[in-house]
Amino acid sequence: MISCDAITKTYRNGANETHAIKGATFDIRDGEFVAIMGPSGSGKSTLMHLLGCLDTPTSGTYVLDGKDVSKMTDDELAEVRMHRIGFVFQAFNLLPRASVLRNVALPLVYADVPQEAREVRAKDALRKAAFPEKFWGHKPNELSGGMMQRVAIARALVNDPALVLADEPTGNLDTKTGEIVLGTFQQLHAKHGRTIVLITHEPYVAEHAERIIFVRDGEIVSDAKNPNRRLVGEGHVEHV
Amino acid sequence: MRTSDLFQETYGALSANKVRSGLTMLGVVIGISSVIAMISIGQGAAGSIQASIEGLGSNLLTVSPGSSQAARGQVSGGRGSSRTLVTEDAEALRGIDGVAYVSAEFSSRYQLVAQNGNNTNVTVLGVEPEYLPVRNVAVAAGSFITETQLRSLGRVVVLGATVATDLFAEEDPVGKTLRVNGSNYKVVGVLAAKGGTSFNSPDNSAYVPLTTMQKILTGSDYLTSAAISVEDKEEMAQVKAEAVSLLAARHKVDPEAPDFSIISQEDVIGTLTQVTSTFTTLLAAIAGISLVVGGIGIMNMMLTTVTERMREIGLRKAIGAKRKDIGTQFLVESVMLTFVGGGIGILLGWIVSLLITKFSGTATDVSAGSVALAFGVSALIGIVFGYYPARRASGMNPIEALRYE
Repeated sequence: MISCDAITKTYRNGANETHAIKGATFDIRDGEFVAIMGPSGSGKSTLMHLLGCLDTPTSGTYVLDGKDVSKMTDDELAEVRMHRIGFVFQAFNLLPRASVLRNVALPLVYADVPQEAREVRAKDALRKAAFPEKFWGHKPNELSGGMMQRVAIARALVNDPALVLADEPTGNLDTKTGEIVLGTFQQLHAKHGRTIVLITHEPYVAEHAERIIFVRDGEIVSDAKNPNRRLVGEGHVEHV
Repeated sequence: MRTSDLFQETYGALSANKVRSGLTMLGVVIGISSVIAMISIGQGAAGSIQASIEGLGSNLLTVSPGSSQAARGQVSGGRGSSRTLVTEDAEALRGIDGVAYVSAEFSSRYQLVAQNGNNTNVTVLGVEPEYLPVRNVAVAAGSFITETQLRSLGRVVVLGATVATDLFAEEDPVGKTLRVNGSNYKVVGVLAAKGGTSFNSPDNSAYVPLTTMQKILTGSDYLTSAAISVEDKEEMAQVKAEAVSLLAARHKVDPEAPDFSIISQEDVIGTLTQVTSTFTTLLAAIAGISLVVGGIGIMNMMLTTVTERMREIGLRKAIGAKRKDIGTQFLVESVMLTFVGGGIGILLGWIVSLLITKFSGTATDVSAGSVALAFGVSALIGIVFGYYPARRASGMNPIEALRYE
């Protein structure tokens, strides 16, 4: 359960002040699939950083999973990210030297989970992300873009987070592969009840979510249920 | 983060860029190996000096008379030329508890002329039979000066190994006759070679009975030195103190301002050790400069690595790595580089010092202390030069790091 109350974010650069977020108030319930949409410069990335506990708001409160995280220190935020948040980035951000399995297990390394338990949980996450078993031992650069993004999704799931944050997850993929990745998110939402927040500038991508929050110039312009939701057929997901 | 994970990450990161890691490590390898080799040369020199001094006899106290300044304006003969130390003093010293032997000696230089025409100018020592155990020398052929020869002012001479070769080459010198200061002396023995290049080497001396030296060759009754051999190393200080008060009483002088001096072998070794350790420090300091250069190489590489892996740092932070986790990871990488480099450097330095000994003959000694020092220094360099890059990595803002192109 996410609750944002009048959060603002102001960046100071010398005498200039940039108001990236000018007071946003919204809730996201457990198990919701929300898209945050807006053109570039709208403040959606800043909002993503705040929701992902990578940064703290200048004012306002942000309660994640019953905890106020708006005044936490760097290391406390790291602790929150370790246990409650899973990230999926546009650029995948996989470690090139490590195998798929090791990449997925990486968050558990910092969470001090024993080796055997890590492997079990990483394999479980890879199955949920519909990543084929025969590539588990491969290095990321041996995989296609769609496959790499599924490794990243599995990595985001491995710590069993309260919130999965996907920042332009289809930005580096072609339409067909992007569709498959979006299908994976829909599966996670529908089958496993994951809370997913998708950040994108493309209306087409946002239309895969249940609810769309539209951001412009640091303010929430609209926040409504998505009337014509696009659903990816389950059949698509299986063959990549 | 667990230790095993830390090492796995470190190994992965360093082996991902083998050539760069190797070259960076080479700086440390060269630094450490030169430090090891240099220290081994210094310590080898110290060891061989000590050994050659100890070879001259163990637990020795040497009594020398002071310089003679009796008549003002007279040309001084220098320290040791004073006539205050006499044969009776040596007799008295034998009575001190803990003294094993006392060797009373009179040394002077003479021309020795063999009948085959060969001649040489050497130190001739008037000695007693006790010279042998005190100075730790052995007889190679014939015999040494005996009590009988001492009492009868025998005109006999014992030759050092070098002198024997110089005068008689391949021939057996025992039984031959020599001329010393105008009279004939019979060669009764030759000493075994002691080696070493120190001045006053016993190899390059000749020996006559002390009485013969005093009464026939020089016509004087004093000694140029007396060597006291002490039974036990522990008793050295006590024997020295007793010898000082005994001689001061006999000479009727103030023990605080005696007309003689007593130097123990340890004093001499101490002085020389000081010289060689200064020398060793100097060599190590020069080699240490290359170690610092190696350390800067490490820092340079680590800074490059931090920049290159900016996105990785951002990702690690995003998935929950704390400042400490990131800092430790980069610090361990640099310490690993210097530690492995240090290990290889120690091995290389050891090989170099063995090669130096093999090809130049200079004694070298790689001590456990210098190995421990090298390991410590290399780990320290890793920490010192790795700290700043690690701090930079750990202090990185995850948002900026993730955005870095």
